[in-house]
Amino acid sequence: MFDFLEGYDVLGAFWTTVQLTLLSAVGSLVWGTILAGMRVSPVPLMRGFGTAYVNIVRNIPLTVIIVFTSLGLADVFGVTLGAADDFAALSFRLAVLGLSAYTATFVCEALRSGINTVPVGQAEAARAIGLSFTQVLTLIVLPQAFRTVIGPMANVLIALTKNTTVAAAIGVAEASLLMKEMIENEAQLLLIATIFALGFVVLTLPTGLLLGWLSKRLAVKR
Amino acid sequence: MTEVSVAKDVVAGTSDLVVLKSVNKHFGALHVLQDIDLTIAKGEVVVVIGPSGSGKSTLCRTINRLEGVDSGEILIDGRPLPAEGKELARLRADVGMVFQSFNLFAHKTVLENVMLGQLKVRKTDKQKAEEKARALLDRVGVGTQADKYPAQLSGGQQQRVAIARALAMDPKVMLFDEPTSALDPEMINEVLEVMQQLARDGMTMVVVTHEMGFARSAANRVVFMADGRIVEEAVPDQFFSNPRSDRAKDFLSKILHH
Repeated sequence: MFDFLEGYDVLGAFWTTVQLTLLSAVGSLVWGTILAGMRVSPVPLMRGFGTAYVNIVRNIPLTVIIVFTSLGLADVFGVTLGAADDFAALSFRLAVLGLSAYTATFVCEALRSGINTVPVGQAEAARAIGLSFTQVLTLIVLPQAFRTVIGPMANVLIALTKNTTVAAAIGVAEASLLMKEMIENEAQLLLIATIFALGFVVLTLPTGLLLGWLSKRLAVKR
Repeated sequence: MTEVSVAKDVVAGTSDLVVLKSVNKHFGALHVLQDIDLTIAKGEVVVVIGPSGSGKSTLCRTINRLEGVDSGEILIDGRPLPAEGKELARLRADVGMVFQSFNLFAHKTVLENVMLGQLKVRKTDKQKAEEKARALLDRVGVGTQADKYPAQLSGGQQQRVAIARALAMDPKVMLFDEPTSALDPEMINEVLEVMQQLARDGMTMVVVTHEMGFARSAANRVVFMADGRIVEEAVPDQFFSNPRSDRAKDFLSKILHH
């Protein structure tokens, strides 16, 4: 029944999906946190940049962003990301860049709502002992904000996992690209679709469960 | 050389630690601080009392610029309070603050709360910071709670930790913004005792409070505020037994007779 799978590296394709997800998750977490810091900063220029970035980038379709990284950044501006001669590696890195840039806006907004749940007295007490703005943010406010938004972050991570399929548009050999190839060559359409659908559920279901458990465990008691 | 140091001592000895000169502040249309002039000498304990909405908490919070002012000048130890940035942070470290709602860092243990400022602002090494933190926690009577989180402590214990956290910075002056107002009645005394002890040890203190007993016994001076102005300043005995202003008489008659 499953002999049509022969000759296709399904696991390898899903491994690429996992790598795309994890690297983009780290990238968007870092960039999203910086953006959130900008959006609550006392410096108007930084606040303005953060707000503008989030509102522009999150409203552009991901496909457009991913295609732009390839046709715009790579082809027009000659960005090589250290992989000038390796098309597969370049596409992969561009996809991580595009996914991070896009997902960071959602991370930023989730985090900002978390920052709003931290009582203002926490930041006041921190300022009162002489901590600087950056110290107040990184030592007091963000650690508490992160714990309250683990649930919403799970949503962002699940969406990111599924959004990695858009990387197929610039030829990254992740799961959905292989699925397209198999659908073109094999007859078992329903079975192929089911296998890939299940594959994604297997990736995302534990993410949701694990982070749900973590969010309960790490909740800040007040 | 001797002359220089003598001159310095004289300046330091006579100089006032906290000086407010014609300070004004508005919240929108509300004029919460109106031409406030207040001078607090080193070692002095000043208790600020008054009806709610009189601006006493705001006054307390302007001294370390948690609230900015619209006009006027605030000097700490002879230096004007900087508007923002690193200078302000440095100055805040010298001004301890205790809040009505404790505001202990909820994600850090009691010990970490008291160590944080030493490590990150004073750059004390970790072992010394911990020794000092434990000593201070013992001094305020919560040494055994060092490894718990704030939410596991009673209000009175939390407030005493907050006092230890402020003391860990070796502040020149301590500000108390209604430190017992959020406490259950039976926990008020344990906090007041720590504050009495601090006052006896010669700490300069500005205390906004409704605890008239504390004002009587620990204060060098009572400042009575109403409607954003300082209405009356007097030594406690004189203020409580023979207030000069009608506003103060009215206030005292309402709180002392039931």
